[in-house]
Amino acid sequence: MATDAVVVKRSAGRRLAGLFHGRRRLQIGSLLAAPMAWLVILYLGSLVVLLITAFWTVNPLSGTVIKEFSLENFEELVNVPVYREIVWRTVRTAILVTFTDAIIAFPIAFYMAKIAGRKTKALLVVAVLMPLWASYLVKIIAWRAILAEHGVLNWALSPLGLHGPGEGVTSVWLVMSYLWLPYMVLPIFAGLERIPDSLISASEDLGAHPLTTFRRVVLPLSFPAVVAGSIFTFSLTLGDYLAPKLVSNEQFIGTSIFDSITNNQPFAAAFALVPIVVVIAYLGVARKLGAFEHV
Amino acid sequence: MVAVAGIDLEIRAGEFFTMLGPSGSGKTTTLRMIAGFEDPTSGTIELAGRDVSGVPPYERAVNTVFQDYALFPHMTVADNVAYGLKVAKVDKAERGRRRDEALEMVRLPGYGERKPAELSGGQRQRVALARAIVNRPRVLLLDEPLGALDLKLREQMQSELKTIQGEVGITFVYVTHDQDEALTMSDRIAVFNDGRIEQVSTPEDLYEHPVNEFVADFVGVSNVIERDGERFTVRPEKIEVIAPGDSADGLRTERGRVTEVAYAGAVTRYTVALDAGGSLQLVRQNVGEAPGAVPEQGDEVLVGWRPQHAAAVRGKTTKEEVAP
Repeated sequence: MATDAVVVKRSAGRRLAGLFHGRRRLQIGSLLAAPMAWLVILYLGSLVVLLITAFWTVNPLSGTVIKEFSLENFEELVNVPVYREIVWRTVRTAILVTFTDAIIAFPIAFYMAKIAGRKTKALLVVAVLMPLWASYLVKIIAWRAILAEHGVLNWALSPLGLHGPGEGVTSVWLVMSYLWLPYMVLPIFAGLERIPDSLISASEDLGAHPLTTFRRVVLPLSFPAVVAGSIFTFSLTLGDYLAPKLVSNEQFIGTSIFDSITNNQPFAAAFALVPIVVVIAYLGVARKLGAFEHV
Repeated sequence: MVAVAGIDLEIRAGEFFTMLGPSGSGKTTTLRMIAGFEDPTSGTIELAGRDVSGVPPYERAVNTVFQDYALFPHMTVADNVAYGLKVAKVDKAERGRRRDEALEMVRLPGYGERKPAELSGGQRQRVALARAIVNRPRVLLLDEPLGALDLKLREQMQSELKTIQGEVGITFVYVTHDQDEALTMSDRIAVFNDGRIEQVSTPEDLYEHPVNEFVADFVGVSNVIERDGERFTVRPEKIEVIAPGDSADGLRTERGRVTEVAYAGAVTRYTVALDAGGSLQLVRQNVGEAPGAVPEQGDEVLVGWRPQHAAAVRGKTTKEEVAP
């Protein structure tokens, strides 16, 4: 029969296609194989190496790594007050940056999503994204120039008899709030866009003052988006080391890890686990608050 | 951009008033002006004798059932329904009582703890209705509330809405583009077209005596022909097919040929091209006549109607029905 002839002549490619036909698991599996391998080997693999290294120690005299299990690094982290202080300073700054960005970003995002016309909206999206196109190092150095002793800020403040924050935690807070603001604006903007205008109309129609409408309808519905944005601002602040390095003289988690890498890699690895643990805890809270419900 | 122009409407207390028209005719804009979401550039809106132009929606004794229901997804059905009472600071006991009453009225008792996402389209529609009437507004605005429902449910909700309106005695202002819905439910109908009102009348008057071609066309079937410079419309069910030998006494008759036959169960619709120009649609009940007695496609027929059933219309002469 004619169909038999066709079967015989099937090329290798066709046979392969036949193998995949109707087998969804196999299709998806082979599609995802490469990215999964990348994720597992490179990403999780390096995390595992980090985890293992954290339990090693360094011989203080020779500087060689002793590959034996030890809790020494963690004991040091917990017991030495200066490390506790560094962790707390970093977490505090991350919280502060997150709140600052949320407070600044919400009105911007609200204007973009609910008030601005189509053209203004597009323009604002570009304006919010624009800083992301510039190198982050350049932006920090620009801030360094602004905050410098003889920089623009002190020059502008001097007629008022005021002085800028100089190098320190306040400057880190300022710079980080500036750096991560777009990461807060965009999720909130997207979250507000998803709220149908008719819900706002319905609330007003039912007798709610605009402020009540905001509190009872807009805020609860956009809160998950705020939490989603806060994941970015919080974790980015927690792990950053360049901004603290360039605009402050204080140690943060990032700078401490950076400083330990050359002479005590196992300790740096142990310290690097701290922000990971904090972020995992934060993600757990965010999940409770519904940040992933609409992702 | 002018969505509506020169509208003069008076809606009576307690009536079921429908604004009927094609999309973009200005009916929803008018509704939004009554609700307070849009302000008229000129003119006033009065509610129970008080000028409310410029009064924000949250200060008007008007509630709306939105086309997409606009239920708050983060609140339970009970909280949705009680929302208006809560923001009006009605005390808790009263609030609970009226909320349960409203849910009872829309036949959803016991659904209070569910979230809107757990309800069907018809149930959401009822919640939206309960949420609006629980505030006892003077006027309830309904913006195509049944548009998203399937036919069976829509018909059921039509009669339920009418019943509920009778129970609560609130003025209903209903927006729809569905002429059947308008005819079945309304006390009076305003036909909108292109930002203007063409006619305001009772369903019967609107159907039997359309003032112009647009109304004749939109409410019912366009059956407009022109004879001796006079344009008039005859409703399809008023036209009979006169069998050879039957008397045509008192009827105005025309000869024509059947060009289209559409069987629709209870009735069959015929399109007849008239020898004198123009065409008419007519319907016949399928009462089980012998096959020979039923007109078929291509048949030459004599059709007729009582002169009092022909309603003169003024209006556009852009339609093809004009005699050649």
